[in-house]
Amino acid sequence: MSLSQPLRLSRRTLLRQLGVAGVLVTLGPAGAWATKEMVQQAVRDRIGTREPQPQGVTLRLPKIAETGNSVPLTVTVESPMTPDDHVLRLHVFIEGNPEPVAATYHFGVRAGKAEISTRLRLARSQTVLALAEMSDGSVRSGAASILVTLGACVEEVWGD
Amino acid sequence: MAETRVRVPSTARRGEVIEIKTLLSHPMETGHRRDVYGKLIPRQIIHTFTCTYNGVEVFRADWHPAVAANPYLAFFTVATESGRLRFEWIDDEGTVYATEAEITVA
Amino acid sequence: MGESRAGQGALRSLWRLSACVCAALLALAIAGAGESWRYSVAERRSGYTYLSEDNQQLQDDDFANPGLLWVERGRELWQQIESTAGTSCARCHSDAATSMRGVRTRYPRFDPQGGKLINLEQQINRCRAERMHASSYPYESDALLALTTFVAFQSRGLPIDVRIDGPAQPFFAAGKALYEQRRGQLDLACTHCHERYAGQRLRGDVISQGQINGFPIYRHTWQTLGSTHRMFAWCNTSVRSEPYPLGSDEYVNLELFVAWHGRGLPVETPAVRR
Repeated sequence: MSLSQPLRLSRRTLLRQLGVAGVLVTLGPAGAWATKEMVQQAVRDRIGTREPQPQGVTLRLPKIAETGNSVPLTVTVESPMTPDDHVLRLHVFIEGNPEPVAATYHFGVRAGKAEISTRLRLARSQTVLALAEMSDGSVRSGAASILVTLGACVEEVWGD
Repeated sequence: MAETRVRVPSTARRGEVIEIKTLLSHPMETGHRRDVYGKLIPRQIIHTFTCTYNGVEVFRADWHPAVAANPYLAFFTVATESGRLRFEWIDDEGTVYATEAEITVA
Repeated sequence: MGESRAGQGALRSLWRLSACVCAALLALAIAGAGESWRYSVAERRSGYTYLSEDNQQLQDDDFANPGLLWVERGRELWQQIESTAGTSCARCHSDAATSMRGVRTRYPRFDPQGGKLINLEQQINRCRAERMHASSYPYESDALLALTTFVAFQSRGLPIDVRIDGPAQPFFAAGKALYEQRRGQLDLACTHCHERYAGQRLRGDVISQGQINGFPIYRHTWQTLGSTHRMFAWCNTSVRSEPYPLGSDEYVNLELFVAWHGRGLPVETPAVRR
């Protein structure tokens, strides 16, 4: 194997060639995957000890994504969005990714409608969780599962 | 090259809830990818997006690496008065990308 | 599309109805004269037909297609005055929608000046060097991609119609030979994947016919816009073969063959692909 040429080897080949060192090099993302504890901590950090009620939060997510690099997501939270009753914040968690939180959206009465559409990067098949903090202090939740055929985040860069 | 693209209705009725669409060209480098030599490519993402309406913030988003490259975001706001909507994206290096749109509210 | 457990039937129906109406309006708007694009011509299929519904919708979205960011950038560059000659593309070619309409369908073409083929990227750089006395853009630079995409965009919906006869003939033959030549550690030719096994699976992917009517494309794997030559280089690398340089004669010849291979398919620039 000539080192003057850029390396373009699969993980398997590299592992075989470099032994233990190869395991360390090809482990993938820096801190590996998000653990259950990381996800729970990320949720606690945002909503404390409040128990989410699984209602009023709708996710539109494809059932299958042919590529994890760009997955369309729309989240809608039912709310009149009046000064007395509105959505404060919406958190999106992706427990199957290296980092458990995707985004937080800040609403308020001026939003008019608690709905966002965006595109996510998903590393593998998983459940996407959305938690909405309401103005009365309660938390609502919704979730959707997705199959990801080609994951993002952890694919090798070919240097092309 | 950081191209911004926004779609805001040019006119609206007072009190109408309007949809705003935004798109920015940005790699949103996650910090988890490795190059061919096995080195981590450093993270460089947009971490904050804000929308202000005649100077008042009406929407904000905190982003993490799971937001896809060339980030797309659509959200809503109430058309309260005529004026200017300003959109700002701030990345890890502190660079601010901004664009504005006018709206006439009758 | 999947939906969460919570949600109201009425709201969902209304959403679907308005989504259908919007999709129909969008399709009409894009089609222009009310005629749909033909993504398949005889047995030739555009990469569009191999996409998931979500990616097809993304390509058709006249706001959110990420390739449109490069079209916008190209629009700015079209107007930009280059300091050395004090001129811009617009000075000679004025409104691109008129002057550039149909251009993308005819490239690569035989160039009498150079005695070989020239592709769209190279034509743009030639105009810059000879007419504008401006420096050429490096191949695959953002600026060149933006201008190429902007110019190609003006031919959207028009069928690919390259000439392979006359002086172009030997270069077309060279491109065809390259397409059929086995190469790399995996010892495969383009024809194996894109003709023999088109429609079948390669790991998690479905193999397309490898058409280039949508280039430059926004490719999710690259998370950015890329040219035909970048694609050819990626394919060559994938069979563990040393790629040719971007802008090389080999790739321009190949480009003519592959364009002819997809003759009649509509220009979809900027297409969205995996």
